[in-house]
Amino acid sequence: MSTMTSTPSGTAPDRTPDAPKTTAGESPVKAFLGRWETLILALIVVVFLVGQAISTEFLTGDSLTSGTADFAEYALLALPLTLIIATGEIDLSVASILALSSAVMGSLWNAGLPMEAIIPICFVVGAVCGAFNGWLVTGLGLPSLAVTIGTLALFRGLAFVVLGDESVTSFPAAYTDWGFGNFAGTPVPNPIVLFLVLAVLFALVLHRTPLGRSIFAIGANKEAARFSGLRVDRIQFRLFVLSGVIAALAGIILTLRNSTAAGNVGEGFELTAIAAVVLGGVSIFGGTGTIGGVLLALILLAGIQKALNLDPDISTYWVQIVTGILLVGSVLGPNIAARVREARRINTRGARPTRPGRPAEAQTGPGGEGNTNA
Amino acid sequence: MSTPVSTPAPAGSGASPSGAPVDEPRRSGGRRVVDKLIRARELGLIVVLAAIVLITGILEPAFWNADSLSDTVLNVAIIAVMTAGMTLVIVTRNIDLSVGSILALSAFLCGDLLAKNPDMPWIVGVLLAVVIGAACGLLNGVLVTWGRVPALVVTLGTMYALRGVAFLVTGGRQINAQDLPDSFLKLGSGSVLGVPTLILVALVVIIIFWFVTRDFAWGRQLYAIGSSGRSGGHAAKLAGLKSDRRVTQAFVISGALAGLGGAMFAARYGTVDATAGQGYELRVIGAAVVGGVAIAGGSGSVLGAAIGAVVLGTIQTALIVLKIDDFWQQAAVGALILVAIALDRLIANQSEALLRQRSARRRTAA
Repeated sequence: MSTMTSTPSGTAPDRTPDAPKTTAGESPVKAFLGRWETLILALIVVVFLVGQAISTEFLTGDSLTSGTADFAEYALLALPLTLIIATGEIDLSVASILALSSAVMGSLWNAGLPMEAIIPICFVVGAVCGAFNGWLVTGLGLPSLAVTIGTLALFRGLAFVVLGDESVTSFPAAYTDWGFGNFAGTPVPNPIVLFLVLAVLFALVLHRTPLGRSIFAIGANKEAARFSGLRVDRIQFRLFVLSGVIAALAGIILTLRNSTAAGNVGEGFELTAIAAVVLGGVSIFGGTGTIGGVLLALILLAGIQKALNLDPDISTYWVQIVTGILLVGSVLGPNIAARVREARRINTRGARPTRPGRPAEAQTGPGGEGNTNA
Repeated sequence: MSTPVSTPAPAGSGASPSGAPVDEPRRSGGRRVVDKLIRARELGLIVVLAAIVLITGILEPAFWNADSLSDTVLNVAIIAVMTAGMTLVIVTRNIDLSVGSILALSAFLCGDLLAKNPDMPWIVGVLLAVVIGAACGLLNGVLVTWGRVPALVVTLGTMYALRGVAFLVTGGRQINAQDLPDSFLKLGSGSVLGVPTLILVALVVIIIFWFVTRDFAWGRQLYAIGSSGRSGGHAAKLAGLKSDRRVTQAFVISGALAGLGGAMFAARYGTVDATAGQGYELRVIGAAVVGGVAIAGGSGSVLGAAIGAVVLGTIQTALIVLKIDDFWQQAAVGALILVAIALDRLIANQSEALLRQRSARRRTAA
């Protein structure tokens, strides 16, 4: 309804990272300060200061290594999710695909296949799962939320069917060493290096290619995108396949890192990944967002988790509480700020004796509704 | 579907005494078709249910064993109560992922209160659970309507936060059956006039909300809000509905019923810790979707959703009774959800075609 009337750039002024219209007349400094990413950056600084106050171990290489390694899977899942959410769809099944990939890996290893054969098979499994999601969403036109709630249960169930409740732990050291290990003498874990490479690729695709612009266009207004000649269904289908493949990759990495394959791994990972994407400033209704923002949100969430886990006196459940509050606050804050701004603007111009309500309605209407969608 | 073209007005008023304003005769004709299809959906679910029960019963007579049957229905009762609330929320084109966490919080606080004050009448504990749930629901509703934060984000956030609060409140403790007064535990295992109490509670809740959403303006407004655009019922707002208030109320009810589910959980299992009800949100949403509640809002009935909950619960028991690997359970549930939404799309396409045909026929007649 409102997407039909609001232009892409008008959907969420203060969460659109590169909104030139709202910041056109302002200085670059002000534009920088107004950006969503700046706020996340400030929060990261706060978390790191708090973490340092909690424990001097926080900013050591060891803690950063383990802290980032533990977040590798969330981070990987968040990348394709960013693209999918930017098109206005959602994929809740990623953690189940991750588990299925892990289970397939375990059962094939038990069956005696070499790792060189298993890993490509896992990728194929992930791609097939993603293609199934994509077909249901684009081929049958079903809502992605409902579809992926269904496939969340289906793929997780298949993971249990494949491997039962056993777990496989006898993976070859050459592979698990890579999962545990750090990159060439740096304190950066191997999986994180892989993630960073992928993050750069995703950022380039989303922000520097026609495909990226298409993704935002689809998210801003699917009908308009279709009418302007974008192959909406094909793009969305491919994004779901991509999501499946990356989820399978995350499953492989998790399996190697823990040296354990099981059907129940990664339960609930999808929600943490979505939390990171939303916190990173990607509108849940699509159309806006940056990979950079998601990257910062991931650092923030990993930092909170690590900082709060370092102090034995702080209950670990504060991580959940803080994550929940941040998630809601990340959308609520800008909405309230937008409202305050609108109110002020109306007040400064408001001496005109017009009918009450109507002009104000017209002013808050588009901005406010836009933020509902943001 | 046969001939009701000539006198649609009485038919329309028969189908919806106080439903959406029937301003055109054409719409009431359309309503009839849609009504029929929805009823067909509920009938279809009952047929599926009967088929599952019969096949399982024939293959494995132990299924008729009273224990296995009552186990099924008791487990379903809690999910069904929560599904009723979820239906109201989904109908307004929102979603509530926080019900599992609300269940844990209210179940623990209810159990804790009764364990510490064994002489307190159990109803106080149940009321506390409902009030806690309603308060959590109010928080969700206010954030969604006043804060204009999408429901998916709000309830994902409160799902985390409330689960964290539940862990904080319990502090690692667990309530056991022997801590709870017998009068309260009897709610979970006892029966009134031969019907298990929990089933009775579920039936009362389902019937109340089924009627409220079918025959009362308040309920029909939820459907109007859900079918009028994704920005919080924009068209419904323009039509003068207090859509923010309705959506908030739907969340409060969903929260309150999750709280009631918490009390039922404590009474049924006796053991409550902070992980209670983990993953229930997806089971509840799954039940609603299987029961024909469209995730895009605006359609579905509380009765259908309740039958959906029964179907899912029965399949789980059937698989156990048939000694099919436990591991197939989740896969079967997932497959069923997918079949259900695909079927809904088919029905929706067909009913749309039917309505179009009908209006075309009327236009040529006029």
